Amino acid sequence: METIINAENISYFYDEETKKYVFKDLSLKVEKGSFVAVLGHNGSGKSTLAKHFNAILQPTEGKVYVNSMDTLDEDKLLEIRKDVGMVFQNPDNQIVATIVEDDVAFAPENLGVPHDELVIRVRDALKAVSMENFSDKAPHQLSGGQKQRVAIAGIIAMQPDCIVLDEATAMLDPKGRREVMEVVRRLNREMGITVVFITHYMEEAANADRVVVMDSGKIVLDGSPKEVFTQVETLKSIGLDVPQVTYLSYLLRGTKLELPKDILTASECADAILKLLEEKK
Amino acid sequence: MSLPVIEVKDLTFSYNSLGTTHTAIENVNLKIEKGELVGIIGHTGSGKSTLIQHLNGLLKPNSGTVLIDGEDIFSKECDLRKIRFKVGLVFQYPEYQLFEETVYNDIAFGPKNMGLSPDEIDKRVKEAAAFTGVEDYLNKSPFDLSGGQKRRVAIAGVIAMDPEILILDEPAAGLDPKGRDKILGQIKKYQREKGNTVLLVSHSMEDIAKLATKVLVMADGKVEAYDIPEKIFADTERIEKIGLAVPQITEVFEILKKNGIEIKESIFSVEYAKKVLLSLIGEGEDA
Repeated sequence: METIINAENISYFYDEETKKYVFKDLSLKVEKGSFVAVLGHNGSGKSTLAKHFNAILQPTEGKVYVNSMDTLDEDKLLEIRKDVGMVFQNPDNQIVATIVEDDVAFAPENLGVPHDELVIRVRDALKAVSMENFSDKAPHQLSGGQKQRVAIAGIIAMQPDCIVLDEATAMLDPKGRREVMEVVRRLNREMGITVVFITHYMEEAANADRVVVMDSGKIVLDGSPKEVFTQVETLKSIGLDVPQVTYLSYLLRGTKLELPKDILTASECADAILKLLEEKK
Repeated sequence: MSLPVIEVKDLTFSYNSLGTTHTAIENVNLKIEKGELVGIIGHTGSGKSTLIQHLNGLLKPNSGTVLIDGEDIFSKECDLRKIRFKVGLVFQYPEYQLFEETVYNDIAFGPKNMGLSPDEIDKRVKEAAAFTGVEDYLNKSPFDLSGGQKRRVAIAGVIAMDPEILILDEPAAGLDPKGRDKILGQIKKYQREKGNTVLLVSHSMEDIAKLATKVLVMADGKVEAYDIPEKIFADTERIEKIGLAVPQITEVFEILKKNGIEIKESIFSVEYAKKVLLSLIGEGEDA
């Protein structure tokens, strides 16, 4: 598999005086076309890491390569940011225009995309996030989930290879979170866009192909959702939750109702219980 | 029955902008007893925030009344200042509202405005800081703290006014599970140990199910339901229809019930789920 983001032994600190490292000697490769969730509590370094993926931050030591371009190379900045787009937490802080379609057009227009193509890109991008019927609306008429989808459309219009969502669902209600997750999954599957999804919500991470768990600037777990979520003790010890059904399966270990270790969804769990109850009859 | 601490009668409020009117809440009726911890749920735009801003008179209704301890807060005789000391409101992302040079001064701001004596202010600040676990940062600038710490400072600032009714709009939004449990634990304590009334707006059904004694469901500006959590979350379909979700573990048991498994109670916690499941196969907790 081709690598799109390659962080090699990177270290970073914010404060030149104290030199307090957020992470030290950290390495991570993201494969092209994959869907990677990054989990970790506040202060674990996950957002700092994410900001290295499109050169908002540059490593104090080590290198980050995006499509083989060094993020320390000033000449490549524009291209790197065109390849990797970022969506942030607060939907109200990232919309710049007063009309939805102007907002989506903002970045590609600045890149000098010709008008005819711009119109097509904006239309396609809004369609990709299922917001085509809102193109002439004002941002304040939208819900949080809709605003985040507009923010995502603004990135899609740049035709990126990768989208990094930094807790983009943290301020949304359950419906808004579902909307954003559905859109992101579709972009990944249908358009082959690489997704790096930073979140606190385990249920969301369960949608990824790969889950990376960070604690105190280190990667402590890295694997498929099923591999990672079965590590109930490790996750709890670093202050993270597992899905309720995974925790139930953990609590039932060693009893007569032993569920499969790697269940993640309510329906998987209910099916497993029904099967067991049937057998016990 | 005792007098409800909050009584809302036929409350209607519309936002007007650019000639268009949007009715945010319509004919809301509600009675909340003293000492309850009420979880308020509802999709974005359901009227939750509009409703709570009426409870300390920040918004004035188009029609209807709000009674706090039996007093009509929108009547001419009512001193709204006093109501605001009685009903403490913590907004979403309150850490953006910190402004003083030290944590101490920030927490002291409310009590100072109440006209308390310096000794009383000092006592209140220290108590509130200890309560939310920020007592070690009193001399620091609030801007040197982490997000979770700032949040707790902001909540301490409201608790220092010792409000009889504490209303919080999504106090745990954006916090990790550890930070969330810490803050919610303190809020529960504020209700249980002090006997105060707490209203808590949250999108996390798990948190609401764990903490609340009553749940208020808002949908399209109206009260969809007000009842104990067991009753509210038993109706999975209704909750999902209005854009919300029941806790995952509750969903599992609703599926089991549909498949003919006999379970009478509603299940919110994983620990309780384990107990119920084991009793189904005739195996008790200690067996």
